[in-house]
Amino acid sequence: MQITRTMEIVVGLFVAIGIAAIFFMAMQVSNLAGFNDKEGYKITARFENSGGLKVKSAVTVAGVRVGRVSSIQFDKETYESVVEMMIASEFNTLPTDSSASIYTAGLLGEQYIGLEPGGDEDFLNNGDEIQLTQSALVLEELIGQFLFSKAEGE
Amino acid sequence: MVEKLQQLGQRTLELFEKLGRSSLFLLQTLMGTLEMLLRPRLVIAQLHSVGVRTFLIIIVSGLFIGMVLGLQGFTTLSDFGAEESLGVMVAASLVRELGPVVTALLFAGRAGSALTAEIGLMKTTEQLSGMEMMAVDPIRRIIAPRFLAGFISMPLLAAIFSVVGVIGGHMVGVGLLGVDDGAYWSQMQAKIDFNEDILNGIIKSVVFGFIVMWVALFEGYDAIPTSEGVSRATTNTVVISSLAILSMDFILTALMFGDI
Repeated sequence: MQITRTMEIVVGLFVAIGIAAIFFMAMQVSNLAGFNDKEGYKITARFENSGGLKVKSAVTVAGVRVGRVSSIQFDKETYESVVEMMIASEFNTLPTDSSASIYTAGLLGEQYIGLEPGGDEDFLNNGDEIQLTQSALVLEELIGQFLFSKAEGE
Repeated sequence: MVEKLQQLGQRTLELFEKLGRSSLFLLQTLMGTLEMLLRPRLVIAQLHSVGVRTFLIIIVSGLFIGMVLGLQGFTTLSDFGAEESLGVMVAASLVRELGPVVTALLFAGRAGSALTAEIGLMKTTEQLSGMEMMAVDPIRRIIAPRFLAGFISMPLLAAIFSVVGVIGGHMVGVGLLGVDDGAYWSQMQAKIDFNEDILNGIIKSVVFGFIVMWVALFEGYDAIPTSEGVSRATTNTVVISSLAILSMDFILTALMFGDI
């Protein structure tokens, strides 16, 4: 087969479009452009109940994503859930008395950790633990309490 | 009874013989492929006939599959009030499954069958024996550049398919059905992981490209040199590679995404 100049150009165009497609997937479709979990510091928090929280769930401050959950473990001694979070290093000014709560995005949405900054002058460092935590809202417990209080009232 | 047993034995032996021949063929092709890096012009010609000519069918089917996913996903998701997740649904199904698998099936039908027919006809008209007479190895000169071209084209085509599909889903979901534009993209970006989803999808498409090229080229090279033989080889290519793609997809999915 004769290789013409047009053919070479068309093949070059094809390969370029293919590579552009892979690039588009990486940047526009996936999370690669967003938060990069390579650089950051780890903090932990203990929850009575971490509910539907999963590894890779978002960690936010004031609604802005600053990191993600890197591991969830069970403490045999205290029967608590120990959640380790990876916070991006650019957000290194979280006060040590910040509190962590587990929220749900929408009624049926995914659970995430919301951090509320405290007023301390010292900042959280790698390996620190957040003392003030609020557990996940378990819908069944809430409904149970509601029904119970209703029944008591009558 | 004895005749039946003999037939069974013969069939089994033939099966193993074919498997052995195809493995040796693959080995020779792979060795020839390394040499192709020094002669890229041969590969460029094949990239044109294998990749560029499959481009249009990939774009059109990707667009329509993305649009159908948008439409179907919207109807189901809106029952749960979760239309905002349409982007995740469309992108996840395309990047993980439909992109690589449908592209590979179309690729087998469009490029694989054409290659089998081309090589089978070369064999029938004794062009391959002619090359051997001139001390030109047909595997290196004919098969290896086609193999490499298919191997390169397949992941590129699958990526194009997924992207066009995501855009098609956006056209229907955001353009026609009124899903929020920001939610479509941001939920997608939040849920689709580059390593987990996109890299695995690319690995899948590479594996499928390898399978399609192996089956298509071997069937052509091994065809009985008659017009009937070539037609049977072409059918075999489409049937065998489609089945191989679908069963391999299950195995790969179980390894990559299923926690087995």
